[in-house]
Amino acid sequence: MKKTIIKLSLFAAVILVTASSCSKNDNPAPAPTVYYQGGDQMARPAINTVFVTTPDKDNFNATIPSVMGAAFQSKFKTQLLALNSAYTTNALTLTADQFTTLLATDVLNVSTTKKTTFFDGTNVLTGRALDDDVIDVELLLIFGGPDGTANPGLTSDHVNANDKTFLTSFPYLASPW
Amino acid sequence: MTKKLVAGACAILLGGGILWAADHNDAPAVKGTSEDITDLYAFQGSNSANLVFVANTQGLLSPTASATAAFDPNTLIQINIDNNGDNVEDLVIQAIYDGTNMKFYGPVQPSMTGLKSKLEGPVTATVAVTPYGAASPKTAMGTNGIQVFAGPRDDPFFFDLDQFHKILAGTATGFNNPGMDSFAGTNVMSVVVEVPKSLLNAPASGAISSWVMTKKKI
Repeated sequence: MKKTIIKLSLFAAVILVTASSCSKNDNPAPAPTVYYQGGDQMARPAINTVFVTTPDKDNFNATIPSVMGAAFQSKFKTQLLALNSAYTTNALTLTADQFTTLLATDVLNVSTTKKTTFFDGTNVLTGRALDDDVIDVELLLIFGGPDGTANPGLTSDHVNANDKTFLTSFPYLASPW
Repeated sequence: MTKKLVAGACAILLGGGILWAADHNDAPAVKGTSEDITDLYAFQGSNSANLVFVANTQGLLSPTASATAAFDPNTLIQINIDNNGDNVEDLVIQAIYDGTNMKFYGPVQPSMTGLKSKLEGPVTATVAVTPYGAASPKTAMGTNGIQVFAGPRDDPFFFDLDQFHKILAGTATGFNNPGMDSFAGTNVMSVVVEVPKSLLNAPASGAISSWVMTKKKI
């Protein structure tokens, strides 16, 4: 590996020298293209942390969304039923298969025409606002059953707002502590 | 001592992986690094013609830690936008730190999609990273009407994670009312981009989707 790198750098150096000596103008040789490789990835809150089991956590971050569903839906279903073995449907009338199919492709849906919210009782997954209580939404959908009344001790963490007030204008986030 | 042992045992049990935050410390390869994403937000701006994307990284920073926290010049923060429903990015907004400023590229159609990326020039906005303790945030406008910010902010995420851990560990059966925000008093390194909706090529339905990925220089 090291050898290859050295060889490649030598090769690059030769090309650079050649290029500059042949060049009829003063333009420097173009800098080599720099590439970046995926590390962490997220869209909807708490998906990797809740639905992905330990051995898969890095793998999930390295799986592009277009193939996530096929790779992870059944695993998400297993995890959902491990969290709530009595799961039937939820307040969005989604079966375990439907719910985990939605979640396993981890993209944050956003609307450019509707109110942007994770869930406000009317709009579902049209964005994520800073003050959205996303954890309560997810707890309700996981534990609340078809009408949201099951497992009442588990469907809200009773932390309903941030610890600082958001700004009404850019950059919206509150100043740091 | 006993307390420490118990705490240690719990950490091991929970280290089994169910540490439920938004995306804070979600996976071993990125935990505690400049690549660790904590949250993604996408919402309409105060100007309803705009959408705002917030990508937060490096969570659970104490005020002391925030004073020295920094973006990493080798970590690209990329917001991906799909506007035709195939879950492949059609547009990207990229943010890369040059040691002083955060430089932004896009929204632009990327020349390559997936895990590997390159900067998709030209630079569309540049903003000085707001230092910790600054009286007001430093913001800048880009060439295409985008507005940008980069720097430490209060973590907007809120959750009684500690009580949830107790529930999972079997030492509690439910949440407390009121709960305690485990993220209170902590900061994140934040990138905020406000984008005219007209740049996003959204379909008539207005339905697009987004995700954020951090990428390490290779």
